[in-house]
Amino acid sequence: MIKVIAWRAAFALPLLVGVTAGMFALAQASPFDPVRQYLGDRAMVTDPAVVEQIRANWGLDRPFLEQYATWLGNLVTGDLGESRSFHRPVAEIVAERLPWTLMATSGAIVLMLAGSLVAGTLAAWRKGSLLDRVITGGAFANESVPVFWLALLSIYVFALKLGWLPAGGLSDASSSTLEPLDVAHHLVLPVVVLAISQSSWLVLYVRESVIGTLREDYVIGARARGLRERTVLVRHALRSALLPFLTILGARVPELVTGAILVETVFSWPGVASTSVQAALAVDFPLLAVLTLMGTIAVVAGNLLADLAYRVADPRTRTVAV
Amino acid sequence: MTRFAALTLVVLGLAVLLVPPIVQLDQHLVDLSQAGLPPSPAHPLGTDEVGRDVLLRCVYGLRVSFMVGLVAALVSMIIGGTVGLVAGSLGGLPDRLLMRCVDGFSSLPHLLLGIFIVAMFAPSPYAVIVSVGVTHWTTAARIVRSEVLSLRERPFVEAAISAGASRRRLLTRHLLPHLLPHLLLAMVLMVPHAIWHETALSFLGLGLPPHLASLGNMINDGQRSLLAGDWWSSLAPGLFILAPTLAVSVLAQRGRDRLNPRMRSELAL
Repeated sequence: MIKVIAWRAAFALPLLVGVTAGMFALAQASPFDPVRQYLGDRAMVTDPAVVEQIRANWGLDRPFLEQYATWLGNLVTGDLGESRSFHRPVAEIVAERLPWTLMATSGAIVLMLAGSLVAGTLAAWRKGSLLDRVITGGAFANESVPVFWLALLSIYVFALKLGWLPAGGLSDASSSTLEPLDVAHHLVLPVVVLAISQSSWLVLYVRESVIGTLREDYVIGARARGLRERTVLVRHALRSALLPFLTILGARVPELVTGAILVETVFSWPGVASTSVQAALAVDFPLLAVLTLMGTIAVVAGNLLADLAYRVADPRTRTVAV
Repeated sequence: MTRFAALTLVVLGLAVLLVPPIVQLDQHLVDLSQAGLPPSPAHPLGTDEVGRDVLLRCVYGLRVSFMVGLVAALVSMIIGGTVGLVAGSLGGLPDRLLMRCVDGFSSLPHLLLGIFIVAMFAPSPYAVIVSVGVTHWTTAARIVRSEVLSLRERPFVEAAISAGASRRRLLTRHLLPHLLPHLLLAMVLMVPHAIWHETALSFLGLGLPPHLASLGNMINDGQRSLLAGDWWSSLAPGLFILAPTLAVSVLAQRGRDRLNPRMRSELAL
């Protein structure tokens, strides 16, 4: 097992280094001058000597490879650099905003799991019924729905027309402190929209998987022994249908990152995902690079977890050579 | 369902092709006296905050998004096809190295990487095409590689080799004709995804320049009107993304069932 982890981690490292190198090369090829971007309107009136001084301070006058090595070295030692649009250390921004993203995404994952399990199992149990058609049809259609559009739709219905939930933000505009209840109120729409947008594949997957196990001998045997339908469904069919699905969950992190970026932006949720959009709009390389790297690490970690879960859950795969 | 999906695609395709040259209406025409009108017979999907007809702009937007999506899908097919072809026909170490790269690329968060690429260059159709193409070529590479691997073992390829066919002749006369249908199918499936990417980037303000009426830009513009209660100007363009995407995936599902009935899914629509 340890060997597998080590092997997988060894594969992930070059990938991460490759991503940083790619980002740095792109930034180098970019037509934007970071100093001008930083100065904005003031670039016209700033003394050229000052501009050169900023350039030297940031090390932008050094050769490309030296800049990259310095940046990478700082990153490894924990210095994430300074954001050029927020004018604050990147580490500070990340530390402040990461909890909000984790809160929203973990809420969405829990809701997505619970909802999809119920919907998928119900659809499989009454296969071919109207209920099944509604659930599968809805999930299939939902896969084509752009999440930002769904978010806008939900704002229109629940915030504007019904007035049940706030349209965005972290807390009420009039309050100066963060009340847990107020935050929870603001959390509902982003979490539900993110969960719905991520759940189609899971609903369809649970349904197919449960339909498959409902045909198995031991399920038929359980029915023949006169067990209650609910017991058969939950204890026998669903349980074994679930085995592989935990592993697929880890491989879905890229979609989760994508969903989080769009949902957080629509709802002005102050997490790291929406910050990446702000950093991109401001061409803020230090911040955007760290956030992109974080997203990549999340995906790589998800893949690693999926791999390990697979090995733990299914002993047959353990002997297969890595 | 299949017929309905096909009909949707045909209608949208005709609208995109024929409306701009035939209908002599200016999509940029600003008419503040007509601003923010709800759907009516004169404007079936209403007007936006500066009085432009939403339906007309949606058709133009779909045209722009479709072109960008098509070119981006083409770029990713060319990159992926080349990588898959090289990996599959060389085999050995190059194959393993290339496929590791494919694994690596396909495990990256696409939108985030796309955002990074677009952010480093000015918003333009080219930046969007590059950012989608560069992040999505891996599917094509996998499809082509596995197809090449199976083709290499077929008798007609062996016969060609034993008859002394050069590498180039083998590639152009024997491999490519078999690969093209697979690539075309993969590309058709890629186009809706590329359109989705374009609209997502444009929606975030990182895609096409604001003066181009792409679907994502329209939804982004419509956000303000939505908060003022005008649902049509941002929700209508969404339907123009949803309809073709859904139609293509319905057709793809049917096609897949027909190609290999044994793998037929339990999904009954």
